[in-house]
Amino acid sequence: MNAPEPQRTSLHASHVALGARMVDFAGWSMPVSYKGGILAEHHATRNAIGIFDTSHMGEVHFRGPGAEASVQRIVTNAVGKLRDGAAQYAVACHEHGGIVDDLIVYRVKSDHFLIVVNASNIQKDLDWFRAATGKACDIEDASPGTSMIAFQGPQALAALSTLSKAPLSQLPSFHFATDVEVAGVSCWVARTGYTGEDGVELFTDAGNAPRLWDALVEAATAHGGGPAGLGARDTLRLEARLSLYGNDLDDTTSPLEAGLGWVVKFDAGDFIGKSALLAQKQAGLKRKLAGFVMQGRGIGRHGYPIFETAPTEGATGTPVGIVTSGGPGPTVGKNIGMGYVPAALAEPGTRIFVDCRGKITDAEVLKGPFYKRP
Amino acid sequence: MSDNIPSGLLYTEDHEWARVEGKLVTIGITQFAVDQLGDVTQVDLPREGDTIKKGDVFGSVESVKAVSDLFAPVSGKVVKTNTPLADSPEYINEEPYDQGWLIQVELSDPSETESLMESDAYETFLQENAD
Repeated sequence: MNAPEPQRTSLHASHVALGARMVDFAGWSMPVSYKGGILAEHHATRNAIGIFDTSHMGEVHFRGPGAEASVQRIVTNAVGKLRDGAAQYAVACHEHGGIVDDLIVYRVKSDHFLIVVNASNIQKDLDWFRAATGKACDIEDASPGTSMIAFQGPQALAALSTLSKAPLSQLPSFHFATDVEVAGVSCWVARTGYTGEDGVELFTDAGNAPRLWDALVEAATAHGGGPAGLGARDTLRLEARLSLYGNDLDDTTSPLEAGLGWVVKFDAGDFIGKSALLAQKQAGLKRKLAGFVMQGRGIGRHGYPIFETAPTEGATGTPVGIVTSGGPGPTVGKNIGMGYVPAALAEPGTRIFVDCRGKITDAEVLKGPFYKRP
Repeated sequence: MSDNIPSGLLYTEDHEWARVEGKLVTIGITQFAVDQLGDVTQVDLPREGDTIKKGDVFGSVESVKAVSDLFAPVSGKVVKTNTPLADSPEYINEEPYDQGWLIQVELSDPSETESLMESDAYETFLQENAD
């Protein structure tokens, strides 16, 4: 059986024209890198600007008088704290506390919310959202007609000011503006991102996206940046220690285990999964997602087993955990990663051992992001 | 880029190249392999004096995205490794057929080179296996 042809974003032709290396990601044909390569794109984003096509992600609108209550039923964060034009990171959980998806909730106005979800989960989320909220509000999947571009890096706002008269640099973090003109294209602009850098994410109609993309590429290039692919997006988010659904989060991991307790607000309302998470919190966590820095020569990658003690030569120990994300951190200059380990081993400074394809390499558990922007 | 296939070298289906000079064979990975890997960040090679066996894994290359095994194009004793790669793995990306060479071995069975591809055969192989 042949895999279905991957979907293309509205920017596919632009990527090909820029010499991108395209790969199949979550059913989408996406650029993994352009001509300069992943490392160059990573550094360009940290030092100037990286532009990312994130149009594969899903945009789901909740409208009607029941919108706020519906969104609160679905997500763990306190939706009631949002004001118009503000956004928050959150997760949606199953009744058993496992994560359906991680997402960003945008409050447009009291009866209109936008939720941006992972590309790999769009259909799953829609089914879940609709089942969870019934007819309490109107749920519209705007993903097919909406394109999304992330414009990230220390020069992002300066470059953006050359394309728009709107005072976008005054947007506070996790706030957004609707109906802004950027390079003559009407879009929504949010001060959010997935790189650990300052920057924005822009939403526009798919038909206008290539025009907006070209203008952003030109402005970024003038500021020492350029287009960046999924490869750099992954190294950037890993350094910033942002989780990736499907790797660090999935239907079996709870937000508490994943270190996302800060987006679980038990007093916010009766969201799905609340009682399971409360019970888990009261019982104490058995495992936690820990960040680690490799000490020896080796790169702990997704799926590699983690041991509490170094198994002796020839012996097969029993792994206590597993690496969920890992790779080189180009800015931090170390091999870094994350993985689930027993809670006792998640303490900073703990020595753990990663089986890098037969080579046991030690790693040290670290608290917080590997990289913080200056 | 991947059409960079120098003549005079021999090639494997695993995208290694071999430069045969008498009993000495210098081994590296091809431009095609480099293009597939992306930026190389770490290389693990055998030590001088180790023996490698044709078709077996003799080391690995870590790129930003993934780790890939290196397969020996011939059998023999490792007489030299490209030690500067430890500090400058980017040589593999920049000059895969030159500064980015990996190891040099002394052939244990010179007839093994007969099964390797000439540059035109490797080019055809790449075209036939293009996706």
